[in-house]
Amino acid sequence: MSPILIRERSSAADDAVCCVTDVGYRYGDNVALSGIDLTVHRGEIVTLLGPNGSGKTTLFRLLCTLLPLQQGSIAIGGVDVASDPLSARRQIGIVFQSPSLDKKLTVDENIACQGALYGIRGEALKRRRNELLEQLELTDRRGDFCQTLSGGLKRRVELAKGMLHQPTLLLLDEPSTGLDPSARLKLWSSLRVMANSGTSILMTTHILEEADKADRVAILAGGKKIADASPSDLRSEMGDGMVTIVARDAEQAEQTLRNELGLDPLRIHNQLRLKSDKPAELVPRLAACLGNEAQSIAIGRPGLEDVFIAKTGEQFH
Amino acid sequence: MSTLTSPVEPTVVPVAPRVVAARATLESGWGAAWMLARREWVRFFRQRNRVTAAIAQPLLFWLLFGTGLRGSFTGAGQQNFLEFFLPGTIGLIVLFTAIFATISVIEDRREGFMQSVLVAPVGRWPVLFGKVMGGSAIAWVQAVFFLSLVLMFGTAPLTWSLLPLLLLLALVAVAMCSLGMIVAWPMDSTQGFHAIMMLGLMPMWLLSGSFFPIPAYDSEVGIGPMILGTIMRANPLSYSMAEMRHLLYPSIDFASAGFAPSHLTCWLVSIAAAIFTTTVAWRLMRGSRRADIVV
Repeated sequence: MSPILIRERSSAADDAVCCVTDVGYRYGDNVALSGIDLTVHRGEIVTLLGPNGSGKTTLFRLLCTLLPLQQGSIAIGGVDVASDPLSARRQIGIVFQSPSLDKKLTVDENIACQGALYGIRGEALKRRRNELLEQLELTDRRGDFCQTLSGGLKRRVELAKGMLHQPTLLLLDEPSTGLDPSARLKLWSSLRVMANSGTSILMTTHILEEADKADRVAILAGGKKIADASPSDLRSEMGDGMVTIVARDAEQAEQTLRNELGLDPLRIHNQLRLKSDKPAELVPRLAACLGNEAQSIAIGRPGLEDVFIAKTGEQFH
Repeated sequence: MSTLTSPVEPTVVPVAPRVVAARATLESGWGAAWMLARREWVRFFRQRNRVTAAIAQPLLFWLLFGTGLRGSFTGAGQQNFLEFFLPGTIGLIVLFTAIFATISVIEDRREGFMQSVLVAPVGRWPVLFGKVMGGSAIAWVQAVFFLSLVLMFGTAPLTWSLLPLLLLLALVAVAMCSLGMIVAWPMDSTQGFHAIMMLGLMPMWLLSGSFFPIPAYDSEVGIGPMILGTIMRANPLSYSMAEMRHLLYPSIDFASAGFAPSHLTCWLVSIAAAIFTTTVAWRLMRGSRRADIVV
């Protein structure tokens, strides 16, 4: 790729840091991804939400250049991943789902190792390392062996490793796996700080609440992107309220609601879900109609799960 | 911060980006290789049992076999088994240490450390160089440590041939580490490595003239020793062992007792083996994308 081409592309894409265009991938006959388009802008946190087997990990591996592209193109920071993978790699910081720390080394040594891989050493390494350890509240543990750290601390060291070379795009694969709620919150506040300073963050997750915190959610199902918008936009598509009924015999209850109240519920396993703009008025009618058939009737604001259900007709997970 | 941002700043497109990028890649490649090599050292010395095992086991073998078989063996120049087995023991130390060092590739993969190396902007060769440099340095130092013990006890004479011997040991260590990488790279479990080790690497060592002499080709020997002798002559390690034996005991004439290739042949084969194994390992690592996602 000539330098002129790079310049053209980066100016054309405005502040887009990561452009995924029509990406497809198959393992033998199994189609893992098809026709994926995704753009991540500067300073944005985007989550890739999807149940297991939806193609998240494949897309993640394509983005971090562990898998070769089969179809479509990916550009990171204006660099085409297929034609110049090494330059593209310099633009991305990666936090893997499984830990990538050397347990026999200390926090400082692990970060120095990462520095060596990205050509950062000497004073520059020291300065950047101090800065990150301070930011991630790891300074007092810097001399500890990584095998003695808790899950949350390890994840923060991973984050420090990923951020060391100041990547334009930070990729995280299921970063909250194995973290308790308070560690999760800390992780998110660290991510926010990074995003505010201009780093773009793309993370995969299968946890709905987590996807809700992002600036934008791309939902993957069966290797296709089925939604891509901010969490609030996605929710407002679904109306104001959502009534969820857990019934002993959902099929029977669905029939009852259709015949007697003329409603159109969506049945998933033993649940019936109803979109409603005035859910509070609907509930007494439902209760009266179903009687003991209903084990519970709950009102909620529609969540990403409802978006997922509406788009795929299946329950999340 | 200014020193940091220049190599990673995405929007800066230098005048000749390919050249700059290539130089940066090469530089950080060496940095990465050096880091990986140093890491091998640090890890090695933090795992005390590895240090002990790599020295104690061959020492035990040497003393037990050497003493036990002393009476039933006489080699060239009236060597007893303790003396005959010495080069083999040093070979074993190098082999074991190299194996343990390269097995760590599988652990690195399983523990996840390798992931971050594989996605770093340095390519594959620093991984190979780092592992081989680190592993063979450990193997070399262990062998030299053992050798100095032996020299202290006087089982082998201290001569000038020690210097080429040190070089030869380094060559053998590099070849063994690269061989270990060839085996370990595509593997996802250490059990698999152990199987290959027992079926391939140990027989390779046994059939290198380290444990028993390579039978001479002569009209009186049967078909069995003939075949064995041929296999042993085809084993590149036999040549390194023959030269090691010669350098340890320069005054003994091994040519009168069976297989004794010339020094030149021994050195050429040893160098060729080191280059060959390293090249194969490199090609394997570069070409194998499948192994990248073995976790």
